Amino acid sequence: MANRSLFLKLLSAFVVFGAWEIAGRIPVSYAFPTFFESMAALFKMMFDGSLLAAYAETLKPLAIGILISAFLGIAIGLWIGLSGWFDWLFSPIFIVMQAAPLAALIPLLVMMYGIGLTSKVFVVCIMAMPVIVLNTAGAVRNTPSSLTEMGKSFLASKAEVITKIIVPAASPVIFSGLRLGISAGFIGAILSELKITPTGVGDIITYSRSIADYATMYAAIFSIIVLAVLFLNFLEKIEKFFFAGNVRGYASD
Amino acid sequence: MLQTDNPVQDLPAGHGHSVASSNSSANAVSVRNVSKNYGTVEALKDLSLEFPKGQLTSLLGPSGCGKTTLLKIIAGLLEPTSGEIEVDGRSVDGPGPDRAFVFQDFALLPWASVLRNVSFGLELRGVAKSEREDIAAKYIADVGLAGFEKSYPHELSGGMRQRVGLARALSVDSDVLLMDEPFSAVDEQTRRKFQEDLLSLVANENKTFIFVTHSIEEAVYVSDQIAILLPRPSRVSDIIRPSGLREKDSRSIRRDPEYLDIVDEIWESLRSYVE
Repeated sequence: MANRSLFLKLLSAFVVFGAWEIAGRIPVSYAFPTFFESMAALFKMMFDGSLLAAYAETLKPLAIGILISAFLGIAIGLWIGLSGWFDWLFSPIFIVMQAAPLAALIPLLVMMYGIGLTSKVFVVCIMAMPVIVLNTAGAVRNTPSSLTEMGKSFLASKAEVITKIIVPAASPVIFSGLRLGISAGFIGAILSELKITPTGVGDIITYSRSIADYATMYAAIFSIIVLAVLFLNFLEKIEKFFFAGNVRGYASD
Repeated sequence: MLQTDNPVQDLPAGHGHSVASSNSSANAVSVRNVSKNYGTVEALKDLSLEFPKGQLTSLLGPSGCGKTTLLKIIAGLLEPTSGEIEVDGRSVDGPGPDRAFVFQDFALLPWASVLRNVSFGLELRGVAKSEREDIAAKYIADVGLAGFEKSYPHELSGGMRQRVGLARALSVDSDVLLMDEPFSAVDEQTRRKFQEDLLSLVANENKTFIFVTHSIEEAVYVSDQIAILLPRPSRVSDIIRPSGLREKDSRSIRRDPEYLDIVDEIWESLRSYVE
């Protein structure tokens, strides 16, 4: 079974990269390099250290923003889910945040917080936090009532009902919120480097595009996608470790 | 075929269709004048009922008659609007270690193994991990699930899941077991097996069972005492005590004339309330 799923993964990678190579060779556009050209550019950047230096810059707002979004988002989501009053007070903020066109808000953020790290962290948080908060709140609100009744009838304290029943019961939806939120956070990190000040990976993308080095540009985009996928896989490992019985197979298995 | 030697000796009311005794020492649970209103709707009205120690009492009635509401009030999960509940002579106003609950939908933690699910009640009581897992393993074996300790609920059949729920309720060693339609979500054959197992459980464990069901046959088969509840607002319309069925072999009860008579009689009294 494990071999079969590995085989399918390799097969789908082969199909996608093959299609990329063919599209690059036709070419569909002058601005679209082949797969092998992009990989060559990627390895070149990896070995001359420029990719590492770029990620050292990009990961700063990304890591800070994702950490803030995950911890604060889950905490606020729990609170909203448990208290109707908090729901009334805070839910609208996150619904608006989720619906807002972020690119239009960036000039406002730059005016308030400058062009440094703070603004970029904000962009990551605005992208990542709403879905984490809203998913957590919804999952907490939908805890099966028979589970909380079971806890009460077996003498759980209020805190135990939350930590031993409500949070684990909500965990599949919390984790799916984290997956969506963190992917959005990756988008936010790159967006902030394209829209605020070109640094890190955003700088590689902007600069290589301006000198028509499209292979390098696609290599940078490819590397951020790979990083995001690896991180989401890592998140699944965490979930499996903590809540084994909840996990009944994911698309990426 | 009147019952002559009742296994619980101190019960004066073991004959025919008599109302249960109000002698509090013989009653594990007493419900006194309990009413429950949801807004303007009266779910229960001035309901009183005694549950004799060491016996199984069924709450039977058409749907909407408030039998689950009554059970949850006894469990302390719902607050009565008025009236009181006494367990073993003490008035109670919330869940307590003297009562354990078996849920209709099993209420198992899907992220926890069978072992953790069964020991969950003990975990909440602060019993040390190795001790509670020993106790849980014993009850898992008792309900016939030895070897499934590490399985997760979604890997088990409905019947096996309810065995886990039962083992969890037994492991906390409460005097009173509250069962809310425990067999309604399992298939017919498993259900019959459960009913037979329940009879031996009542005979062997010195516990009081309160059993909610909507099945007349099931109630007559397993009960020492059947309380018929009628709806809107709920009240106890009749208390029936089958007298000769306990001595019978569990496989011949369903052919017993008394069993058939009581089933018929209950259906006659309920049919006008069922549309």
